[in-house]
Amino acid sequence: MSEDYRGMWKDLGLDLAGHDALLGVLSGAYRDIFLSQKNRPEGMGYFDFVMSEVHGLRIRELLDEKKTGRKIIGSYCVFVPEEIVLAANATLVGLCSGADFAMSEVEKLLPRNTCALIKSSFGFKLGKVCPYLESADMIVGENTCDGKKKAYESLGHLVNNLFVMDLPQVKSEQGRALLKSEYQRFRTAVEALTGVVITVESLMLAIQTVNAKRAAIHRLYSLRKADPAPISGLDALLANQVFFYDNPARFTDSVNKICDELEKRIAEKNGVFPEKTPRILISGCPQAVPNWKLPFIVETSGAVIVGEESCVEERGTRNLTDASGKTVDEMMEAIVDRYYQVDCAIFTPNPQRLEHIQEMAAAYKADGVIHYGLQFCQPYLMESIPVEKALEEKNIPTLRIETDYSMEDVGQLKTRIEAFVEQLR
Amino acid sequence: MRKRFAGIDIGSRSIELVVVDDSGKIVISLQTDTGFDPMTAAKDLIHGVVYDCIMATGYGRNLFEISFDTLTVTEIKAHAIGARAFFPNVQAVLDIGGQDSKAISLFESGKVKKFEMNDRCAAGTGKFLEIMAKTLGFDIETFGREALLAEKDLAISSMCTVFAESEVTSLIAKGQNRREIARGLHTSVIQRAAGMINRVSSTGDIVFTGGVAQNPCMQRFLAETLGRNVLVPEDPQLVGALGAALLAREIP
Repeated sequence: MSEDYRGMWKDLGLDLAGHDALLGVLSGAYRDIFLSQKNRPEGMGYFDFVMSEVHGLRIRELLDEKKTGRKIIGSYCVFVPEEIVLAANATLVGLCSGADFAMSEVEKLLPRNTCALIKSSFGFKLGKVCPYLESADMIVGENTCDGKKKAYESLGHLVNNLFVMDLPQVKSEQGRALLKSEYQRFRTAVEALTGVVITVESLMLAIQTVNAKRAAIHRLYSLRKADPAPISGLDALLANQVFFYDNPARFTDSVNKICDELEKRIAEKNGVFPEKTPRILISGCPQAVPNWKLPFIVETSGAVIVGEESCVEERGTRNLTDASGKTVDEMMEAIVDRYYQVDCAIFTPNPQRLEHIQEMAAAYKADGVIHYGLQFCQPYLMESIPVEKALEEKNIPTLRIETDYSMEDVGQLKTRIEAFVEQLR
Repeated sequence: MRKRFAGIDIGSRSIELVVVDDSGKIVISLQTDTGFDPMTAAKDLIHGVVYDCIMATGYGRNLFEISFDTLTVTEIKAHAIGARAFFPNVQAVLDIGGQDSKAISLFESGKVKKFEMNDRCAAGTGKFLEIMAKTLGFDIETFGREALLAEKDLAISSMCTVFAESEVTSLIAKGQNRREIARGLHTSVIQRAAGMINRVSSTGDIVFTGGVAQNPCMQRFLAETLGRNVLVPEDPQLVGALGAALLAREIP
């Protein structure tokens, strides 16, 4: 990124020295992890560019949008409906939380034994290094796990634009009714923020825009079923991570372009790894930028990741919103239906998630599953044991990993993952 | 001359080198301390040893791979192969080395079925026992025998090396019998190891490998706690290197 953005960052109130340090680490990690991969699809060039400008050009675009009166809404969760945001003339962005930052400050507000994702989101705020958060006109917190919902109480003292959305924990009539009333309340709040009332036309267009983005990423998923794999798990994860930052229409085009290229590669049997490379499905906690630790270890240990059951990938994106509604109310119902299907581990019971993992393992011809849990993430760690048991009963080898964003356990993880890959050969 | 295949196990405390002939018989076995410079120690160990092909395992395997351009295998698979060389039908292996411990279950074919490793710290490993022996004024070689002379356990609640050491220090200060403290320490390590084995394998004989398998108190308590037969190879610390050597022999 060029020096041009320093004024912009300063105006946003970022801590320039801390931010420089963060970008330094980020670009170094990106070079070592992504650019060092061999035989990458050319279409990844777009995503490399987006990542190189993730705190630069993209922020300038958002600030330009703001100048025209458009609002920016930041989110920490896939339960925040992008359709409602777009229909009210606002832009939704994912907020930063994939690296340890300003941990000594964070631990003044949160217990040490809090998951890395929550701590990280506070670190980016307290360290003043997330331009998305600082650009946002509204920040949406959502009552998913206990850690997040209690953390939002503290975050509410650090920002003046936090909107907390309640979420059901049980899939029941009452649960769906709660989600519906919370989405109505969110819609009212977004309309009040932007001064734009959602119409049939704007909501239909928003549904189509977000569906197109999801359909493109579904196309990418289905191409990963090929052997040899036409794209690495790291690069596919990156595209899914960019999903949360990029302009939706441009993202859709770029994903479709890379899919065209991957179709050619599949026809030519041109893989990023040789045919018969052990195929891994990742399942569990989301991996936000720049948390690339696990996929990097897996794909430098002789295996390829072919699918990911997580909020950043298939759990978050897998269903489209029904676009046949004729009124705003009908479309709102369709949006509720769509998000209500997300099988997050905060739900109890949550059998749909296990079914989905098994479906994915079969569809992507995975040789084994790695369950990725963040330390202190109760919902996913609790589910990891029954998931492992159920998969092993079906003779699907499973490895449970519990880790965080630090690098201190890389050697241990490498041994475990290499041994797991040996087991699959 | 017959072909020779080497395996080197670069652990945190020691490095073992085993050379086998094309029938799989051990012809050379050497051991040295890892020290602070594992690659120099490894280089010194293999100096002058003749072999056709070498495979590395242990935590230093990747460094060795880069320095010596060789193949590598994880400790998990190396121990599985090495243990089966001694006991061909066994389906469970417990390895307690210098800084990590692992429990492995095997299919009948000998392939790894499932494994567990300890977390990031050295709790319940050879290093833990070594520090505790020193705190109690025992040699590591006689620590297990001394522990077996005690008539009861003095319970040690912490498995963290640092906390356990201060617990032991305060027991000593209270004038408690150091053999009983030693016995309590062995019991707590075994509880942890037994839990690991039980999670991957529920019945059948267990091969006990790694330096800690030489400790007679560990052997006995493991068998008693699990109610299963515990088999210890003659040189349990060589099992990883032997497994790597046997794998090197299979490379076309």
